[in-house]
Amino acid sequence: MKKLLTLNNFSCGYKNGFSINGISFSLIEGTFTGIIGPNGSGKTTLFRGISGDLPVRSGSVLFEDRDLSLLTLREKAQKIAIVSQFTETTHITVEEYVLMGRMPYRKPFQFFDKAEDIDIAHHYMQLTNTYRLRDKSMAELSGGEQQMASIASALCQNPALLLLDEPTSHLDITHQVKFMNLMQKLNDELKLSVIMIVHDLTLAAEYCDYLIMMKNGRIHRKGSPENVLTYENIEHVYDTVVVVKINPVSGKPVVFPVSERRLRELNIP
Amino acid sequence: MSKKLIWFIYVLLFLVALSVVIILSLSIGEIPIPYKKIPQILADKESMEYGVLFYIRIPRTLLGFAIGGSLSLAGAILQGIYRNPLVEPYTLGISGGASLGVTFAIVAGLHLLNILLLPLAGFIGAFTTIFLVYTLSLKKGALSVNRMLLIGVMISFISSSLMMFLMSITATENIHGIVFWIMGSLNESNTAMIGAMVVLSIVCLLISYLFVMPLNALRLGEEKARHLGINSNATIRILFVITSVLTGACIAVGGVIGFVGLVIPHIVRLFVGSDYRIMLVSSFLSGSIFLILCDIIARAIISPNELPIGVITGIVGGVVFIVLLSRSQKRSKLLRI
Repeated sequence: MKKLLTLNNFSCGYKNGFSINGISFSLIEGTFTGIIGPNGSGKTTLFRGISGDLPVRSGSVLFEDRDLSLLTLREKAQKIAIVSQFTETTHITVEEYVLMGRMPYRKPFQFFDKAEDIDIAHHYMQLTNTYRLRDKSMAELSGGEQQMASIASALCQNPALLLLDEPTSHLDITHQVKFMNLMQKLNDELKLSVIMIVHDLTLAAEYCDYLIMMKNGRIHRKGSPENVLTYENIEHVYDTVVVVKINPVSGKPVVFPVSERRLRELNIP
Repeated sequence: MSKKLIWFIYVLLFLVALSVVIILSLSIGEIPIPYKKIPQILADKESMEYGVLFYIRIPRTLLGFAIGGSLSLAGAILQGIYRNPLVEPYTLGISGGASLGVTFAIVAGLHLLNILLLPLAGFIGAFTTIFLVYTLSLKKGALSVNRMLLIGVMISFISSSLMMFLMSITATENIHGIVFWIMGSLNESNTAMIGAMVVLSIVCLLISYLFVMPLNALRLGEEKARHLGINSNATIRILFVITSVLTGACIAVGGVIGFVGLVIPHIVRLFVGSDYRIMLVSSFLSGSIFLILCDIIARAIISPNELPIGVITGIVGGVVFIVLLSRSQKRSKLLRI
C-alpha cells in the first residue's frame, strides 16, 4: 500500500493569529478521509496548510514521499485539486469553467485549447451531470449545480488527491447524498483519494474510511468512524450532549442531538 | 461555429472598423482630402495636401491609435487583475499625480528649458502616484482593492488641491498651458515620441498576451488561480507594471484623456465575452477606434478650432455607458468582470 500524504508534527497558521500545531497523520492511497471538529478548530487552516496557501511553520508535509513545499505550483496543481465551499460565480460558461481545470497541463504559451483537453472536460461534465448546462453562465446555476461543475473542473486536473472544503453544507439532502455517492464512485473507480471537511457527523460516518477529529488547532482523535465517533469524543470536542447509535443498514455510527429541555426532563446534568 | 472562427471574425470586424476610422481621420479636417486621393497625394511630395497628411493627420491618427489602445488595454488588465469594475488608470489617481507633475513643471518654467521636460514631469507624477497607491494599499503583504480605490481617490483630491494652489500663485499665461494639458490632446509634433508611443503600445499588447491564460484563471480569484498552478502574485505584479508604464506614457504624451480605460473594456466585454484571449486585443482595437473617432469629432465640431479631446471622450463615453447601463437586458451583463 502506497503512502499518499504524510504530515509529521506539522504546524502552520496566520500571522499573529490562529495556528494549528503538532499535526501528524498518514494516509494511504485511495483513502476517503473526513476532517471533523467544531467551528474554529482548525479544519480549514489544516487544508490551507496542505494546499500550500499558508507557509509551513514546522514539521513537514510529504506527498508521495516528496516534500510538498519543493513542488512548483504547477506540479502541485497536477497532484492536488481543491474544491472550496463556495464557487466563484463570475460570468463564465460552465464549459469554460470546467476547462480551467486543464490549466496545469497547458504548455507555457499555448493559446487555444487542445481537442484532448476539451474531450476530458466533456467526459467529466457528463460524469457530474453538468454537460447539459455547458453553455450556461456559472452565475445562473443553483448551488448544487455549481458544486458539480467545480468537481468536474477539479477532476480535469487529474489529481491524485481531492480536497473538499465543506462541499455539502449548503445542499439539501438529495444533493448531499448525490454528491457523496459521486465522491464514493470516484474513490472506487479512479482510486482517487479524498479529504473532506464535513460538518454532518452522520454523513462523515457513512462515507469516510478514516476520520480526523480536531479541537483547538490539534488532532483530538483519528481513526475509523467507529472509533472516533463515540459519544465521549463528540461530547468532549463539541461540548454537546449526543446519542450515538448504529445505522442498521450500513453498520456505521449515527449521531443524534438531544435538546436541553429533554435533558432537564430526564434529569441528566 | 467554433470559438476560433468567432474570435477571428471579431478581430476582422475590429480591423475593418479601425481602417474605416483611420481613413476618415485622414480625410476629415480643415482641408478635406477625399480618401480616393490619399495614395495619389502620398506619392506627390510637393503638394500641400502631402504636408497636411504627413505632418499633421498621420501622426495624430497614429497617436490616437496608440493612446486609445493603450488606455483601454490598461483598463481591461486592471479590471481583470483586481476583479473590480471601477478600477482603471484614472480612478487610481494616476491622472491626478501626472497633472500635478505637469503643473509643477509649467509653474517652475521647466518647459521653457526643454519641451520634453513636460511629458517627463507627467510620467514622473504618474509613477509617483502608482508607487504611493500600491505601497499604501499593501496590508500584511496582500493588496486590498478597496483600499487601493480609496487611496487613489484621496490622492486625486490632494493632487487637484495642490494644482489649484499652484495655479493660484502662478502667472496668468501659465494657466492656459496647464488647462490645455489637463484636458488632453493628440496634437503632438515630436515624431520620435509618437513613434515610441506606437511601439510601446504594441509591445505591451504582445507582452500582455503572454499572461492571457493566468488572467483568465484570475477571473476565478487569486486563490483559485494559484490552485490551478498559476503564480498569482507574480502575474499581478508584472501586469500592474505594464499598465503603469502604459498609463504613464499615455498621460505624458497626450495629457489627461479620461473614460477610455473605464468604459471601453466594459462595452467590449458585452460583445466578445470576458475570455481575455479575445478581450485584450478587442479592447485595444476598440480603444483605438474610439479615440480616433473622438479626435475627429473634436476637430470637426468647431472647425477650424478644435475642442480638447478629453471633453469628447468624457461626454461620448459617459453617455454611451449610461445608455447601456439603463437598457434592461444589457444591464445584467454590464459591470460583470
